[in-house]
Amino acid sequence: MIHFVVHDEHDSVGVVVVEGVKSGQKLNGWIMDQDKQIKVSAQSNIPIGHKLAIKKLKANDTVIKYGTDIGRTIASIKVGEHAHVHNIKTKRW
Amino acid sequence: MNLSKAKFWGYKRENGRIGVRNHVIILPVDDLANAACEAVANNIKGTMAIPHPYGRLQFGADLDLHFRTLIGTGSNPNVAAVVVIGIEGEWTKKVVDGIAKTGKPVCGFGIEQHGDHDTIMRASKAAKEYMQWASELRREERPLKDLWVSTKCGESDTTSGCGANPTVGNAFDKMYPHKTTLVFGETTEITGGEHLVAARCRTPKVRKEFMAMFDRYQEIIERHKTSDLSDSQPTKGNIEGGLTTIEEKALGNIQKIGRKCMVDGVIDKGEVPSGPGLWFMDSSSAAAEMVTLCAASGFVVHLFPTGQGNVIGNPILPVIKLSANPRTVRTMSEHIDVDVSGLLRREMTESQAGDALLDCMFRTCNGRLTSAEALGHREFVLTRLYESA
Repeated sequence: MIHFVVHDEHDSVGVVVVEGVKSGQKLNGWIMDQDKQIKVSAQSNIPIGHKLAIKKLKANDTVIKYGTDIGRTIASIKVGEHAHVHNIKTKRW
Repeated sequence: MNLSKAKFWGYKRENGRIGVRNHVIILPVDDLANAACEAVANNIKGTMAIPHPYGRLQFGADLDLHFRTLIGTGSNPNVAAVVVIGIEGEWTKKVVDGIAKTGKPVCGFGIEQHGDHDTIMRASKAAKEYMQWASELRREERPLKDLWVSTKCGESDTTSGCGANPTVGNAFDKMYPHKTTLVFGETTEITGGEHLVAARCRTPKVRKEFMAMFDRYQEIIERHKTSDLSDSQPTKGNIEGGLTTIEEKALGNIQKIGRKCMVDGVIDKGEVPSGPGLWFMDSSSAAAEMVTLCAASGFVVHLFPTGQGNVIGNPILPVIKLSANPRTVRTMSEHIDVDVSGLLRREMTESQAGDALLDCMFRTCNGRLTSAEALGHREFVLTRLYESA
């Protein structure tokens, strides 16, 4: 069963695609562009559609998704932790 | 799906364009004519009034856009005939004359010096003639190159970028070689991915025109923004759905133009493309504004991916909704025409999802009502550029 998907193997985040992911749950991920699988333990409860970090991020790191810059971290994020507006911000507006 | 021999059943209009609907519309020039238009549509069954709140004291480019949108809507090949009503005769005639260039039946009525009753009576007589005439028009089989297809997404979430938007991209990639006319837009919603769209522009000239439109819109945002746009773009719904930044939303958005299509040209709001290929329209990312402009530009069927569940429709343009979010497909099933949530479970490939969407598109073109049509969603929203005089 796929719990989260990742666009590209260089991405720092993946997207949870099932409902009800709980902290501590073992998650199966599918990297779509390279058709590979990875495993991550959730470190937060994560709603469907929301992101988890699949790489360790420090504050002020660039976040990569689709192999492209989608913004910067405003706090450190652990692998498996919920990654959203509380720890990532746009570089544009 | 091999589209080399793909055909659809459409209505051939006087100017050669092909429609997939056969509406007789009662079109107000201005807010004051809404009541008369609705009365006529109530009198004559099968006709449709398209009320809206604008049309008075506009000027300059904003007024030009108002006329272009109304004339474009009446000229759209999904429309068989048009009755135009305005508060006064001159601007009414301007809309009538614009639509008449297509050769389709159109007439206009000014309310001043007549009042609503007399206007409604005369306009109803014309509408009845048009409706009975249109009801005898028949569809004919047409090649794919006669189809004009638009796209715009709404209430997006992260599943849009993983599933529903790449599905539209796959369908666009499959139609593009067959000389279909395609359009996308949403200028601010390319922020963070503008370099990727620029790289897909066919020529340096198109790239320059695209970047000029992009930079112009950024300048408007910079001029009017408060602290940031984070409450508006991404929207609260986007954020609820897991989208964090405009860059992330944009990269999901541009999945809709597929992997192979090139951007062949750019158009301003409501302008008509001059040939087949993929066009970029400089437009708002607000769903109803953009879809209304697609209809005004002459597009006849619309592919609308959604994540969290946008419910939009349009009076004359069938809006096909697809979603890859399993929760949306479950909780809002009456709004979703194509369920591509299997993509995210690896039960469906991108190509299979694209085929499912194309199959629904052909059925829609051949006459099947979309969910939005069946539910009566007729959002008609005119884009305004600035204050009225």
